[in-house]
Amino acid sequence: MGLDFDKDKPIYQQLIERLSGDIIRGVRKPGEKLPSVREYAIEVGVNANTVQRVYREMESMELTETKRGQGSFITENEERLRQLRDSKKTELVKSFIANVEAFGFSKAEIVDLVRREIT
Amino acid sequence: MIELKNVKKAYGATKALQGINLTLGNGKIIGIAGENGSGKSTLLKSIAGVSKISSGSILIDGKPVCRKNAEEIAYLPDADMFYSYFTVQQLFFYYKSQYTDFNETKAKEVLDFLEVSQTSKMKNLSKGMRGRAKMAATLGRESRYYLMDEPFSGLDPMVRGDLVKGLIQFTDLERQTLILSTHEIREVETLLDELVLLKSGKVLAHRQLDEIRDETGMDMVDWMSKLTKAGAAG
Repeated sequence: MGLDFDKDKPIYQQLIERLSGDIIRGVRKPGEKLPSVREYAIEVGVNANTVQRVYREMESMELTETKRGQGSFITENEERLRQLRDSKKTELVKSFIANVEAFGFSKAEIVDLVRREIT
Repeated sequence: MIELKNVKKAYGATKALQGINLTLGNGKIIGIAGENGSGKSTLLKSIAGVSKISSGSILIDGKPVCRKNAEEIAYLPDADMFYSYFTVQQLFFYYKSQYTDFNETKAKEVLDFLEVSQTSKMKNLSKGMRGRAKMAATLGRESRYYLMDEPFSGLDPMVRGDLVKGLIQFTDLERQTLILSTHEIREVETLLDELVLLKSGKVLAHRQLDEIRDETGMDMVDWMSKLTKAGAAG
């Protein structure tokens, strides 16, 4: 049934992260229609009020637009999509740095290793 | 809206409910949790008008619970309430004769969704299948409130998952409210808007689930057991 959720984080936030991730990965494209509240609720196995909140918050984050009587659509605003991508990238890299620093690795050796691993 | 004011219920010397004050808003899915014997079933029975309270008042949309507004509430009891020789179809026929709000088409849709055959006899169905048939009969009613007492108890996880999906699909929160009791919060965590936690016939807490996760960063089960233990110490 549905998705697995972290038990200690609000479900609406986890769904926003999931949908944002879909947008960044290109699984959901700019201008594409999101499923209806009901459809998405059934798909992920949560209550319709939660999905309603997800769509409302994503609209206020300007990640989606609601067209009256038609539903929610992913924004086509390229600037906003670039911001979304950048903030995810920054978040991932910052958490990586925090992790390696916690183990006491030096910046130089990490940068060196990353460069070697990536090529 | 359902309002309970200082509701008490005693069975002989046993005090099942000891002064419940509770307001349950419309358009939500609300869970009633608590240890065995905390008063969950009695609370639901009292709201459904199946069990008479000893004192206090229960209002459904401003009107006291009585035979007349029984139409507003579709109650699914924990125990089997059916004649075991009924087929599922006969069960629906019986519901139709008892409840004017019973929509046979919807009940059959739920049954199809949950993959139960209409011609099976209730007594020949497995516990899981019987649970599904009971749920189909209940959701077949176009009531404003659905009250379900432990709808998933004793069912295996796969059946629970299907029933959770059925509940999402076949309730319309724009005009209906779903209240269900459970002693296993895990199985309904993603479904609930709010949780009422009972202990010894009293309300220990009534909160929104996302609020609890947000504020405490705690898992629902940890939060409940912390609260229940603190309640016991106090």
